[in-house]
Amino acid sequence: MVGGERENREVLLLTTVHDSSSTLPPRRLLPRTLALLAVLLASIVLAVGLGSVFIPPGEVLGALWRGLLSLGSRAELSGNDIIVWQIRLPRVVMGLIVGACLSVCGAAFQGVFRNPLADPYLLGVASGGALGATVGIVAGWPRSSIPLSALAFALAAVGTTLALSREGRRFPPTRLILAGVVVGSVLSAFTTFLILRGEDRARQVLAYTLGDLGFSGWRDVVTVLPYAVIGCGVLMALARALDTLQLGDLTARSLGVPVERLRLLVVLAASAATAAAVAYVGIIGFVGLVVPHLVRLVWGAGHRVLLPVSAVAGAALLVLADLLSRTTILSQVGVVTTLLGGPFFLWLLARGRSD
Amino acid sequence: MTEIQDIQIQVAQTPEPQTAEPQSLEPQTLEARALHVRAGTFTAVQDVNATFPAGVFTAVIGPNGAGKSTLLRALLGLSTPERGEVRLLGRRLADWPRAARAQTLAYLAQGEGLPDTAQVRDVVALGRGAGAWRWGLIPTRPWTDADEFAVTDALTRTDTLRFEHRRVSELSGGERQRVSLARALASQPRFLLLDEPTNHLDLAYALDVIRYVRCEVAGGLGVVAVLHDLNLAARADALLLLHEGRVLAAGSPAEVLTPALLHTAYGIQAQVIRHEGRLVVLPQG
Repeated sequence: MVGGERENREVLLLTTVHDSSSTLPPRRLLPRTLALLAVLLASIVLAVGLGSVFIPPGEVLGALWRGLLSLGSRAELSGNDIIVWQIRLPRVVMGLIVGACLSVCGAAFQGVFRNPLADPYLLGVASGGALGATVGIVAGWPRSSIPLSALAFALAAVGTTLALSREGRRFPPTRLILAGVVVGSVLSAFTTFLILRGEDRARQVLAYTLGDLGFSGWRDVVTVLPYAVIGCGVLMALARALDTLQLGDLTARSLGVPVERLRLLVVLAASAATAAAVAYVGIIGFVGLVVPHLVRLVWGAGHRVLLPVSAVAGAALLVLADLLSRTTILSQVGVVTTLLGGPFFLWLLARGRSD
Repeated sequence: MTEIQDIQIQVAQTPEPQTAEPQSLEPQTLEARALHVRAGTFTAVQDVNATFPAGVFTAVIGPNGAGKSTLLRALLGLSTPERGEVRLLGRRLADWPRAARAQTLAYLAQGEGLPDTAQVRDVVALGRGAGAWRWGLIPTRPWTDADEFAVTDALTRTDTLRFEHRRVSELSGGERQRVSLARALASQPRFLLLDEPTNHLDLAYALDVIRYVRCEVAGGLGVVAVLHDLNLAARADALLLLHEGRVLAAGSPAEVLTPALLHTAYGIQAQVIRHEGRLVVLPQG
């Protein structure tokens, strides 16, 4: 079958000089991107509208519009506007931020290590962030300091991973990933230990380790936003360098890219964004792994497109997954993403083997 | 172990540069001077002197572990020599700014990885290089018509323009290698260093690659290629035979491809015959 396909392609090539069967010129990408943005908007409206009180989409849009207008004027909200703005929207916005951060970090990690199975959980980044947040919760630190604690632990985890995998001035990808798995496992064990110890807060912490957007408020959103914006912004600025790195370390260096510096910067920026993602909502698996692959299938591998589109797709996916968790017995967004992402991961493995 | 050292490659006649640029006074060469390079714990390249002129196709040959790839990386400035130096156009390679070096020296790695889902034209555009970027990481100047022209030119010269919009995953091995060659040519380099460019290619594709490289050499490009296949290497203008990190012989194919030298380097008994004006190496047994 594969051979037949190849022959067909050759015939195509002979008959039409410009074989356009799989080309992706910019004009054809635009409709897909617009469709994705429509999905994002729809998922936001749906997630805000559905719940114990149903709010029709038209009313949701109206409430969003009235809220935006009254932001400056400090006018009082009323009726459904209160549900929209004070209960549902902060949770949805947190979902958008977390989904975007995890997906952008996943794409960046996959690119920088040229490993399709890389994601924010690699290198112990997410496990470190989760441990930092758990320490903060169990110790009863002020809620606004939790992202900082998550970031500090995430960086410490990355530092440990880098130190363990270092060979001279270089960080070979295989050693890096192995060290990351070990560091991540050890840190997760610490997190579990802390949960078992902190009985009074156990319910909250347990929900946290399974991934939960239920505790998010506007204050949390404002606290994590800078980490997310700076982390993702730096990664997107490095898109062209990440593209060049796909040709291999030596080739990238011959083209003038300082490869080790690039790796370090990507790891730091991705740690900041991952810390933002896990600080208040915990471990949400597979989003960072799955979303970049889906985006690559449609939009191609160029990081200038891949990173922003992954952000949008990841945001939409997480909001929809959270909606599913609120409205079904699955109850937690981390459970939903893992149930959806696991089979995809297996498909990815099987596909890699057949190539 | 051998007394044959410190031999400079002597090339009989350097073709006239066909570029319109005025001839400058700097030597049009890439040069290794008393080069020692460490690879891990041992010295992989020892006391290598060699001159690679522009407009000449030099093949670096030698058995596995002779230091061919290590030499190539040192010539590119990708590894720091322990002793000795590399000179590019008469100037120490270490003194070259990153941007200028990346534009002047192009490299085609062994089995270069290409992103499967990327389009051919986008891959070749990466060859325009990061040299002039801020910190080598962030593009600071806009993409110009000159960039676009250089990419189209590189695609044309490797005959890859007709599938510039296809994805890499749909290409055959030979087509991929030509795309990589186009990527390397896109920076309009003065010297191109290739590490086993014909590895894993069917003979027809391997000859293709050599043919395209030959065209560039005729246009004034200096080419240094590590080659395993001695019969392909026989098509080069000059050969550099490495053995245990040292230069065993250098010169024209007729001077280097001799039964005695092949026996010393590879430990084989081989006949070298001339067929239709070309040398052919026939290993015995």
